[in-house]
Amino acid sequence: MIDFIPELKARGNPSSIMNFSVPIIAVTLTIITGSIIFAIMGFDPFFALTTFFISPISNSYGISELLVKATPLALIAVGLSFCFKNNLYNIGAEGQLTMGAVVGGGIGIYFHDTQGFWVLPLMVCGGAIGGALWATIPAFLKIRFNTNEILTSLMLVYIALLILDYLVVGPWKDPNGFSFPKTRKFGDSGRMPILFSGLRVHFGIIITLIGIFVSWLIFSKTMLGYQLKVTGFSPIASRYAGFSQNKLIYIAFIIAGACAGIAGLGEVSGPIGLLYRDISPNYGFTAIIVAFLGRLHPIGIVFASLVIALTYLGAEDAQLFMQIPAAVGFVFQGLVLFYLLGAELLVNYKIVFRKKI
Amino acid sequence: MDNLILKIDNISKSFPRVKANKNVTFNIRRNSVHALLGENGAGKSTFVKILYGLLKADEGKLIFNGNILNVESPSEARQKKIGMVFQHFSLFDSLSVRENLILGIDNDMSFSNLQKKVNEISDKYDLPLDLDAPINTLSAGQKQRVEIVRILLQDPELLIMDEPTSVLTPQEVESLFKTLNTLLKEGRTILYITHKLEEVINLCEEVTILRDGSVIESSMLENETAESLATKMLGKKLSEIKTDYSYVKNSINFKAHNVSQSFNNPFNTDLKNISFEVKEGEIFGIAGVAGNGQSELMGLLTGESINDVSGSIKFNETEIKNFNPKNRRDLSIAFVPENRLGHSAVPELTLIENVLLSQFPNNNFLKNGMINYKNIEIQAKKIVNDFNVVTPGVDVKASSLSGGNLQKFVIGREILSNPRLLIISHPTWGIDAGAEHSIRKSLIELAKSGTSVIVISQDLDELIEISHRISVIFNGKLSKSFDTNKISISEIGLLMGGNNFD
Repeated sequence: MIDFIPELKARGNPSSIMNFSVPIIAVTLTIITGSIIFAIMGFDPFFALTTFFISPISNSYGISELLVKATPLALIAVGLSFCFKNNLYNIGAEGQLTMGAVVGGGIGIYFHDTQGFWVLPLMVCGGAIGGALWATIPAFLKIRFNTNEILTSLMLVYIALLILDYLVVGPWKDPNGFSFPKTRKFGDSGRMPILFSGLRVHFGIIITLIGIFVSWLIFSKTMLGYQLKVTGFSPIASRYAGFSQNKLIYIAFIIAGACAGIAGLGEVSGPIGLLYRDISPNYGFTAIIVAFLGRLHPIGIVFASLVIALTYLGAEDAQLFMQIPAAVGFVFQGLVLFYLLGAELLVNYKIVFRKKI
Repeated sequence: MDNLILKIDNISKSFPRVKANKNVTFNIRRNSVHALLGENGAGKSTFVKILYGLLKADEGKLIFNGNILNVESPSEARQKKIGMVFQHFSLFDSLSVRENLILGIDNDMSFSNLQKKVNEISDKYDLPLDLDAPINTLSAGQKQRVEIVRILLQDPELLIMDEPTSVLTPQEVESLFKTLNTLLKEGRTILYITHKLEEVINLCEEVTILRDGSVIESSMLENETAESLATKMLGKKLSEIKTDYSYVKNSINFKAHNVSQSFNNPFNTDLKNISFEVKEGEIFGIAGVAGNGQSELMGLLTGESINDVSGSIKFNETEIKNFNPKNRRDLSIAFVPENRLGHSAVPELTLIENVLLSQFPNNNFLKNGMINYKNIEIQAKKIVNDFNVVTPGVDVKASSLSGGNLQKFVIGREILSNPRLLIISHPTWGIDAGAEHSIRKSLIELAKSGTSVIVISQDLDELIEISHRISVIFNGKLSKSFDTNKISISEIGLLMGGNNFD
């Protein structure tokens, strides 16, 4: 017999300080929970956390790897924030990333023995167009048939992955590749320039930083950002203002798709250099966490992408030095999202126990 | 027990930057109708929310029936026999009356039991209800009836009525007053919150006047006149407004001809062959009982709803039937819809950002494709200044302003864009007398400068006060128009009831 039933009650004026600290609280709680999990698994929590969060970035190579991972995450997340601010739940960035890599990578394969400064820019454009076109499909379906974009964008991820799969084992297979499911390498003109010799951090990070800056500009200074904000808060007010909702849906999806596509192209023309099956360790899905951890703000997203990138690196080190599966990185990402949503809820609502009548 | 049902002792409540209640102290006698009179923003809503458990007072105490009252939630308040009927109905539109009644009661009750109790209450208080009717098919008066029955199911001793007549027709107001009198005869107590002086005089025995969060006076009504109440409520005298025709020009700039729109759903009223014309400098009033197609007509006039429209709508010879709101603004047509929060203003955005919501061709808010927030801030400050908007600043969220002040801000925003036609729906809905007065005055000033104004309103007094011509909308049809100085209230009343339509 339950005598007290919990109930959520809206707080009148949520504290703005608490609101601001939600990401910090989430990360702190994640670390605490993580050490408890490590302790249960029989590891010294301090040693485990050091292995997971400190040692991966204790040298320049580590820092470079962190930036390599954060590069696509931040770019995809900032693109997604255009959708999320407009209450469009595009969770298909992984598919848009894949199609960006396919179109941009296809150009790279076609020009694999051509030299020219224009090859890489052409590939980047191809990546943007591939991702953007893939993203217009859920936008079109939503506008024309009022479908739920969560479902369509997610389903399109698997279609994109299968297209990539087909290409790398079929028509685009490397003729000298001993039937491995991969394409030939891009030419040197089709590779992202390396920024520091010996390190993998590449020109993609510059593209990401430009993307971050441009999004900040759009959100804070342009009519487009204002329109997205108004529509997200109140579709009725947006209609009153005369903003075209359909146009905004297309724009948000196209920007998100283009960002994801460029991020995908950055991966294949950067660290990888060719197309194969597993070009992305779920960057497209993880970027959703990054976007919300960064509170949909371009600057917040920069920090969030670094935190989440660290969980990828930490997982690799943990696998190496502690013999635990790399999937523990996903556990940490899940924990961050869980605490983030929880903290966000509790900042805006309080739990009261009401006596059952 | 003494004859005081509720003693309010030094209640204070502050919000960031605003002190909404300052040492509010007064008593409510058992079995009386006690009026709480004040402008919007005077602190009435804050006070009743504290009483009903929606807010917590910073200081002070409430003594209800001799015991300290400490309620954490409305359901706790209802258990302690305090009931409240809100100004904005809290009903589920798509559910039936019965389902809404079931949802509103805290204790378990079977359907048959409910039926029995509802019938009892309906008979006793003359509140007929069709339990199977969906809420969205009911008029405002019927919805209020549902709210009242829902509260009476809990058998309250103290009933709080928050601006109950703001959406009712004169007939509905009359039957509400009858119900309230029956409740009084049974020994219940009513706290009646309003800003309408006539109601206080007709209904109440005792009145407490709030201004700027403080009690100005608590006194028996026999010592008061309408004038003395108004002076105490506003702290200043209202100047008279007189309608004159001298500035209405002969040139017609707005023509609607045979406009129809069908929706094919039970939630909207189809518009049928609507025709009217408006001259420059003229205020054209559209009266009518709520739910007869006003909001549909507004959607049609603003361009927010332009599907399946037949007929023609011309502004200065331009056919605007298929124009969206932005296209219409480009012709200097401005709009103020009925709802402020989430329609004509975004509550989550600041006043500065809200200025940008309605953009006109002659403003300077964009520069090289970038938003020029400096110019917008100047404009926001000008609106606040010129239209006496009470706000701690222009960088606060729209949601932090009281209804009247936000409405003044929205209307100011539209008027300062120098429109050639202003279309406004329910300009003073749920607003205090001071704001009401200044809004009506600014509409007349606007017409004097040559702008045409179309006002849709349920408040007949308001239309008579400001319009040059009045039409009545009934069941999606618009009557022919009458010069305001030549018609009688009874004529309009007949039209509002659907008589005398061709």
